[in-house]
Amino acid sequence: MDDSTILNVMNLTCAFHTEDGVIKAVDDVSFELKKSKTLGVVGESGCGKSVTALSIMRLLPQPAGFIQSGQVIFDGQDMVSSPHEAMYKVRGRKISMIFQEPMTALNPVYKIGRQISEIFAIHFGKIDGKERYDRSVDLLQKVGIPDPDKRMNEYPHQISGGMRQRVMIAMAIACEPEILIADEPTTALDVTIQAQILDLIQKLQSETGMSVIFITHDLGVIAEISDDVLVMYAGRVAETGSVSDIFKHPAHPYTKGLLKSIPRLDNKSKTQLPVISGMVPSLKDLPEGCRFYNRCPDARKKCKKMPHLEKIGENHMAACHFIVKSLL
Amino acid sequence: MEYLLEVKNLKMHFPVYGGIFKRQTGSVFAVDGVSFEIRPGETLGLVGESGCGKTTVGRAIIRLHEPDGDVLFMEKSIKDLSGKALVDIRREMQMVFQDPFESLNSRHTIGEILEEPFIIHNAGNLKFRQQQVKKLLDLVQISKDAINRFPHEFSGGQRQRIGIARAIALNPKLVILDEPVSALDVSIQSQIINLLLQLQNEMNLSYLFIAHDLAVVKHVSDRIAVMYLGKIVELTDAARIYEKPLHPYTRALLSAIPYPDPDIKRKREILTGDVPSPLNPPSGCSFHTRCPNAIDFCSQEEPALVAGPESNGLEHLVACHLVC
Repeated sequence: MDDSTILNVMNLTCAFHTEDGVIKAVDDVSFELKKSKTLGVVGESGCGKSVTALSIMRLLPQPAGFIQSGQVIFDGQDMVSSPHEAMYKVRGRKISMIFQEPMTALNPVYKIGRQISEIFAIHFGKIDGKERYDRSVDLLQKVGIPDPDKRMNEYPHQISGGMRQRVMIAMAIACEPEILIADEPTTALDVTIQAQILDLIQKLQSETGMSVIFITHDLGVIAEISDDVLVMYAGRVAETGSVSDIFKHPAHPYTKGLLKSIPRLDNKSKTQLPVISGMVPSLKDLPEGCRFYNRCPDARKKCKKMPHLEKIGENHMAACHFIVKSLL
Repeated sequence: MEYLLEVKNLKMHFPVYGGIFKRQTGSVFAVDGVSFEIRPGETLGLVGESGCGKTTVGRAIIRLHEPDGDVLFMEKSIKDLSGKALVDIRREMQMVFQDPFESLNSRHTIGEILEEPFIIHNAGNLKFRQQQVKKLLDLVQISKDAINRFPHEFSGGQRQRIGIARAIALNPKLVILDEPVSALDVSIQSQIINLLLQLQNEMNLSYLFIAHDLAVVKHVSDRIAVMYLGKIVELTDAARIYEKPLHPYTRALLSAIPYPDPDIKRKREILTGDVPSPLNPPSGCSFHTRCPNAIDFCSQEEPALVAGPESNGLEHLVACHLVC
């Protein structure tokens, strides 16, 4: 791990106890997050992108979810094995998170002001109420909320979805964290509001130099905001590389299929789109070997054996038996 | 018959009650004077942000609401229909809903769900109905053993296919698609879009395609209407709206779409602020509060939806003082 890496996830496997036994939602996932860069994590529902984020924060739903194996190295320490008390000092202070649905992430019975200043009370116990209030107002101003003094005394239901997401971002950056994990922060928002929020996150990143893990299913957002990209499929990493690797030279058949199947503005209207046939396999009932086996146009006998991530370019890795051969 | 559907000055105001006597204190102007036509075999895309009234338009056309204004279907007004006449007209226009998890009755088997339209409209005997159900499943590419299974056994994409099968069961002329793909995963979206295009070809369906995703709407539509706060602000050919958007709102909407190509860093026209409340829409042009080019006059008079410049006989309607 060199100096430019701030977070290193190694062979992370997370599982859930369910009625059908233990199900691995994330299986052997490894990636690095570089300092002041944005890592975009993309995949369909159930691919394990949110579970990966939650396990970095050690916030998997208890008691069902647990980290089966692997390491998350941050600040020279393995966070998987660090005690709960140590995590309190990391969460919100050094790594913070914003969620998809700001209405459920904010507490509906407390005023916005109280919810923001609570962070200062937790992480900087010494400062007094007046200063906490002033700092909260500053924060709201920083994330572009008009009339911050008035908003401090309002409840979450009184403001719009875009404003709520701004409040969430204000809370997340309150302690100037080193890493911001954004889990589908714009999925619930309209496109014009999404553009505002993406802009805000990029602006804050350039000001504070924080690193961002941006989780979404929207490839357009990924292309726009990421430096590096991690493509996940059914709990495993299918492909990872720089944003131009992924969009210009996709290697994994899943990435290729996904990029081809989205309708684009310059497509010819009313033509059949190329599709990935079938659907994502259930985690309860995964195909043997490569998880993309049953949908892959190039699947062959060898794919019954699980492919591992292999290097195909400087930072470009893919988990498929065939590309690796063809490119080398 | 030039037009299959004509919507004329459609208005849908929902009353808001308040105070201790629950008197009407105001109205939500969900749809405020919308007019458009759909030709046979055509797809009209209706786009806009949440709260702009696009879903209400769809529901009002099919008379799930009681709107003001007029709706002509096959040159007959459906505004005052009731009883049997209304049931009959609904046979010709059907709806597919956004959320495939809520639009199918979870206590009915797929067979029962697909058979119901035939029962309601008294179409054929049991044997015929069962045949039709199998045909429908074939048409939407779902295996026949689905007949005895329940909706919860299917994924979102499959349920949306079943919802589509139910809508086309009685060979309708018009299908209103209310955000049919927005609840689905990316790789499933393209499958459903293809299915819709294929069915349209085979059955000569007309679609009113309601969605907020402009790239999807562009792909399926012949013409596109852009809505903002209960009004249509621009209406033209699908290709033209991307090549030559005239209304500042359309332009901002188009520039806000993230494009899946990292080399294209477009200059964004980012709109400030939120969509105003339809409870109390701004005076004059309802977009003037967010419009980058607004002048004083915009807040005084409401612009009409008229033919824009350089339309050269093409239909290109726009509602903006500064363009026309």
